[in-house]
Amino acid sequence: MFDTAEMLKIFQRYRGDAIVIPGRGGRHWNKISTRPSLDLPLGDPAMGGHASFALGLALARPERKVVLFDSEGDLLMGMGVLATIAEQAPRNLYHFMLDNECYATTGGQPVPNAKNVAYDAIARGAGYGRAYAFNNLEGFAIQIEGILRDPGPVFVAMKVVPEVINEPIGRRARWQTRTRDQAVKELQTELGVAA
Amino acid sequence: MTEAQQAILSPETVLAEMKKNGVTHVVWLPDSETNFLYLLMKAEPSLTLVAVSREGLAFSTAAGLAVGGKHPIILIQNTGMMEAGDSLRGWGLGLNVPVVMMVGYRGWTRHGVNTDTAATYTERFLNAFGINYYLVESDADAPRISAAFEEAKKTKRPVAVLVGDEYHGFH
Repeated sequence: MFDTAEMLKIFQRYRGDAIVIPGRGGRHWNKISTRPSLDLPLGDPAMGGHASFALGLALARPERKVVLFDSEGDLLMGMGVLATIAEQAPRNLYHFMLDNECYATTGGQPVPNAKNVAYDAIARGAGYGRAYAFNNLEGFAIQIEGILRDPGPVFVAMKVVPEVINEPIGRRARWQTRTRDQAVKELQTELGVAA
Repeated sequence: MTEAQQAILSPETVLAEMKKNGVTHVVWLPDSETNFLYLLMKAEPSLTLVAVSREGLAFSTAAGLAVGGKHPIILIQNTGMMEAGDSLRGWGLGLNVPVVMMVGYRGWTRHGVNTDTAATYTERFLNAFGINYYLVESDADAPRISAAFEEAKKTKRPVAVLVGDEYHGFH
């Protein structure tokens, strides 16, 4: 397992002008990103939908790389999306997944079969042309440039250290600096999309 | 031509409404009330079909497309729409997605007593979420589809078109 923030710092070097949906990595990415107008920190609109949202955005903007930092809890809620992504095969979609083996924001309870699910194998079996799994940062650092250089869709499972939150939702400190609507609007302005 | 044939909602009419309203992507999961559209949609070069495996994924996919500047339509059945409630809330309403969802109205009937709970709860579900809806039964109702598109665009919210065609499908 490795630290999400350290991984994101490495990713940032190769991000280029990709759109980034930081997902559960948002609280860290917020401090690391140098192109916030190309970031979409969505918070948690409804669990299970991040990958399909990223697919929709990738299909809509084929000229841009779309990078998603999904989570295993989110993906488990809608794993059929892997087949849809593989069928659509957007060459600009880079599907990273943070696997902390638990529901960190509800107190750290384990996800089903937490330590034994091979998400990269599932993605490959669903039809992704490339799939990787990393449990140490060194391997990730070596491969990330090539992962982002070659066309998608690609799936990258990463074992990350849980950052468990036990505070009730209403008492949690907000890390977002923009509302969701502001983030969407700024991205659309950057992309020249009429709202 | 029988009365039933005259009364149908033809796939050509629905496709014409999609094209007229600038639809670029059909995010869908097949159902018995709208299955008659498949071959025509597949053959239409201006449409990209995005098949999902669960209806909740349709709302998040449509949200991504809409944020990226495309014009999706969602094509699902009432049963799956109800299962997708949280996604409709969080992605559809939460991201102000101006999307029309054409919903196969399984169990709907105007000629008898409803015996299908899928129909019983459909309009109650939509009312609970504050989603406006238009019932279409035949080609004569086609203007209601355009009305739904106009309303979605104006309100920046999902709007439903209930396909209450008794003469298609397998039920």
